[in-house]
Amino acid sequence: MPDIALRNKVAVVGVGNTDFGRLPGQSPYDLGLWALKNALADAGLDKSDLDGVIVNRIPDYQRFCEIAGLNPRFALVTPGQGRMSGNTIQLAAAAIAAGLCKTIALVYGNNGRSAGAKYGGEGDTYGSGGAGIWFPYGMTSPGAAHAMMMQRHMAEYGTTARQLAEVAVAFRGHAAMTPWAVMRDRITIDEHVHSRYICEPLHLFDYCLINDGGVAMILTAADRAQDGPQAPVYIRGFSSATRLADSTFPDPDYWHHPMSRVAQDVYEMAGVRHDELDGLMIYDNFSPTVLFSLEGFGFCKRGESGAFVEGGRLALGGQFPSNTSGGHMSESYMQGWALNVEAVRQLRGQCGERQIQGAKLIQYMCAAPLVSSIIYGSER
Amino acid sequence: MIAYTKPLPVLDGENAPHWAGARERQVRVQRCGQCERLRFPAARYCSNCLSEDSDWITLSGRGEIWSHCRFHRVYFKGFEDEMPYTVVLVRLDEGPLLYSNIVGLDERDVRIGMRVRAVFHDVTESVTLIKFAPE
Repeated sequence: MPDIALRNKVAVVGVGNTDFGRLPGQSPYDLGLWALKNALADAGLDKSDLDGVIVNRIPDYQRFCEIAGLNPRFALVTPGQGRMSGNTIQLAAAAIAAGLCKTIALVYGNNGRSAGAKYGGEGDTYGSGGAGIWFPYGMTSPGAAHAMMMQRHMAEYGTTARQLAEVAVAFRGHAAMTPWAVMRDRITIDEHVHSRYICEPLHLFDYCLINDGGVAMILTAADRAQDGPQAPVYIRGFSSATRLADSTFPDPDYWHHPMSRVAQDVYEMAGVRHDELDGLMIYDNFSPTVLFSLEGFGFCKRGESGAFVEGGRLALGGQFPSNTSGGHMSESYMQGWALNVEAVRQLRGQCGERQIQGAKLIQYMCAAPLVSSIIYGSER
Repeated sequence: MIAYTKPLPVLDGENAPHWAGARERQVRVQRCGQCERLRFPAARYCSNCLSEDSDWITLSGRGEIWSHCRFHRVYFKGFEDEMPYTVVLVRLDEGPLLYSNIVGLDERDVRIGMRVRAVFHDVTESVTLIKFAPE
């Protein structure tokens, strides 16, 4: 795991996002720059203050820096997969802690909706480069792979459709309080379980929303973070682990093994226990991922996530308010980035009616073949 | 014969022995020549021992349903006429996994853990798909 001495060495000093939704005429570069301008303004910094840039989903760091007129010491692009957001933030924190650069902008731009991005079908290679081998049987899409895992979880542990519905219903309730969220109409458990299926047992509401948008974060060394207009949000702990071998097929263990490794690391590095967390940001490409995450990170025992989420435990006012801006299924599928920004805004106390009162510690976590987690804190 | 409009496998790629096997009513997967680990889809290297030696062997064609899901959204035009349809993930007795379809019962009655055996569907003059029926 990362050296415990890195606890609180790096802080988030600026965050920004674009509108989310259908934004025709905006390339990923345009969306990224729009978000970056907002993040710089938020941080009270000029672009010349940046000496590191990592772009994600934006195809090319050179083209982005050319457009933005930047000559950072450190520039990189990471693959445009949602699981990479957590890893990119960790990489930036490590680069700052190692002295590669002082202030890094992380810039994400996604024009998936306008560009007609589709998951599933002839062009889909989810799971491996060779996914096409299953097309003759009609098998395709990340959603179907998650449906397979959820079906098995239901058979193995008795998890019910109504329990699964708790996740999307709670997050939609949060989106109703988020001005820029794409889907803001509250739904009930009954409406969820009677909605149409996309890939059974998953309903429409269990799927993330492909949209256009951009998100940016600015990180700097904690010692330099005190002078800005915003209260710094510290990165207390981070870690990652993978289950990439044999990942052509769904993991029979719901990624429990890599998650339990990351959990052990991240709580130790942050010096935090589960029950000290004020809120969670749980990567929710599909709602089953949230259940698997709660088990893998040890919030409940294996197989007990269905019962755990009952009664609004993830809703504002519950024990672990999660995805308070609505998450990928209601706010917008910004591939983890908007969840990390929401963690920062919660810890600054900027979230209005969806504010978690007195929030001091928030954990981001992503369950996938590549697992990552970050614990943010408002105090050093 | 009505034109077959569903996606077809690439018969002459690295998985050619698998599809040739299906034509002969056999379930074939790749076996590492060094550590004998079974794998499918095909790969040049064994992910266990990294050996490049391999051959193809015929399995029993028997296994059990690991999981299943039911597509209500059309991703392939060729499947449009039979929406919704079920895809199963079968764990063969020898270990490898295959995505496939279930036949020989109402698809909605498929259950995890159900014992199944391979059955072979000639869908074109050169392509045979491996489906599964209750044992």
